[in-house]
Amino acid sequence: MGAGHGGTLVARYVPGSSAVHRLEPHLKLVSVLAFAVVVVSTPVHAPWAPVAYGGYLLAVLTAAAVAGVGPGRLARSLVVEVPFVAFAVLLPFVARGPQVEVLGLSVSQTGLAAGGGLLAKATLSILAATVLSATTEPRALLRGLERLRLPQALVQILMFMIRYADVVGGELQRMRVARESRGFRSGGLRGLRVMAATAGALFIRSYERGERVHLAMLSRGYTGRLPTGPAAVVDPRAWAVALTLPLAAAAVLLAGMLSG
Amino acid sequence: MTAAPPSLLVEDLAYAYPDGHQALFGVDLRIERGERVALLGPNGAGKTTLVLHLNGILRAGRGRVTVAGLPVGKRSLQEIRRRVGVVFQDPDDQLFMPTVGEDVAFGPRNLGLPEAEVSARVAAALQQVRMADAADRPPHHLSFGQRRRVAVATVLAMQPEIVVLDEPSSNLDPAGRRELAEVLAGLPVTLLMVTHDLPYAAQLCSRSVILDGGVVVADGPTPDVLSDAGLLAAHRLELPYGFDPTRT
Ligand SMILES: Nc1ncnc2c1ncn2[C@@H]1O[C@H](COP(=O)(O)OP(=O)(O)O)[C@@H](O)[C@H]1O
Ligand SMILES: [Mg+2]
Repeated sequence: MGAGHGGTLVARYVPGSSAVHRLEPHLKLVSVLAFAVVVVSTPVHAPWAPVAYGGYLLAVLTAAAVAGVGPGRLARSLVVEVPFVAFAVLLPFVARGPQVEVLGLSVSQTGLAAGGGLLAKATLSILAATVLSATTEPRALLRGLERLRLPQALVQILMFMIRYADVVGGELQRMRVARESRGFRSGGLRGLRVMAATAGALFIRSYERGERVHLAMLSRGYTGRLPTGPAAVVDPRAWAVALTLPLAAAAVLLAGMLSG
Repeated sequence: MTAAPPSLLVEDLAYAYPDGHQALFGVDLRIERGERVALLGPNGAGKTTLVLHLNGILRAGRGRVTVAGLPVGKRSLQEIRRRVGVVFQDPDDQLFMPTVGEDVAFGPRNLGLPEAEVSARVAAALQQVRMADAADRPPHHLSFGQRRRVAVATVLAMQPEIVVLDEPSSNLDPAGRRELAEVLAGLPVTLLMVTHDLPYAAQLCSRSVILDGGVVVADGPTPDVLSDAGLLAAHRLELPYGFDPTRT
């Protein structure tokens, strides 16, 4: 199990040596982003849209298979989608326009297409992002973001989040143990007050740690920029591999547009 | 030919925190090149405050600090921080990069060294603390003792004039404590070790300085300082039961 030492963030990574694992992280980021752009730009009301979604699904499932990311892992990642599902289910009821009968219920036709389209697009994008996160270690992802010229401040914030997630989590855990060891049970108004105090204490501890980390960085000559090592030169063939996914999706989209 | 300047020279250093609390009242300390000095003192004596002056994190209210002839000041800050390697108490504060290797490389890269030199220094520093095979591991996967040794490597990679350790033996288990001592004993550097672990001072440092109430109250060979029971008691320092300071 990856929890405990590795913590929540690292647990998402599934070690392996597939072609997808070996790709440079920034190539994968570009690939997933381009794929999502193609998926999102598919017109929901086009008659061929459902077929296109099927095509995209095939493409992303192929990528998952190559990467060795199992169906269970993919299914679990879709949990984050639940709010979208709720929204997409409600949409057909609230939208106006021509009505159609579905299982004896009268729902809006445009609402159905919009809701279904939203759901399909979200699902496909999440699946692609899951393949990315399952095949790329968090710190490699950071390097990728950095190579894509994301602002330094943002990369540093993400890096510290990853590095200190477990430290802060550990502090929270110790505070919980200390609370409960002295007979605390959550619930009730008093419980809320204690939880608020815990949150306050955690904030102060984290803030003070931030100050100490900053001191330690200054002590080693930090001047505001994270120094980076040499960036590996990317083989053009790696780009070709990485772009297979968005190119396949783009081909599906183009075929749909031409046929429609 | 003049003799080499002392690695560290602290003269009449006084400092009050912004909230008005005065922590140092005129500290004098001179450490020659290659010396190993223990800085002893009870909690709240001002030890950490003094350490933060040595690399210019805190700016002296009065008096001055000189490192191998270079006074600590605004313009000399980058060079001072290269010369003074501070190992802080909590390795989680010191190790902030995603991997051990990148963390040890952080300082040398800030110095703008060429990449070949950076990797050579990272390898050498990790070798010195016996953590050579941990370069690719994330710091949070290491034991506490290993993390502390990596923290030592992060400053060794800067090739400092003097290494300053704040409470290096705190929170270590006996094996971790011994492993760190073995590493520190083998380092060919000038060392200032802040501690209230008196046997550690006896084992690693030939000279001891006691700081209390923001001033230096004793300075001498470690066996002499540690055998003065009255002195120790007056400054809330205690030897473990049965420990003989003249026999190390
Ligand atoms: N940031 C601060 N602001 C105000 N007072 C402080 C601060 N840090 C430390 N002190 C006070 O300064 C004195 C010396 O602290 P410190 O140098 O941390 O002692 P030591 O490291 O010897 O235990 C203590 O009385 C402490 O309470
Ligand atoms: Mg201290």
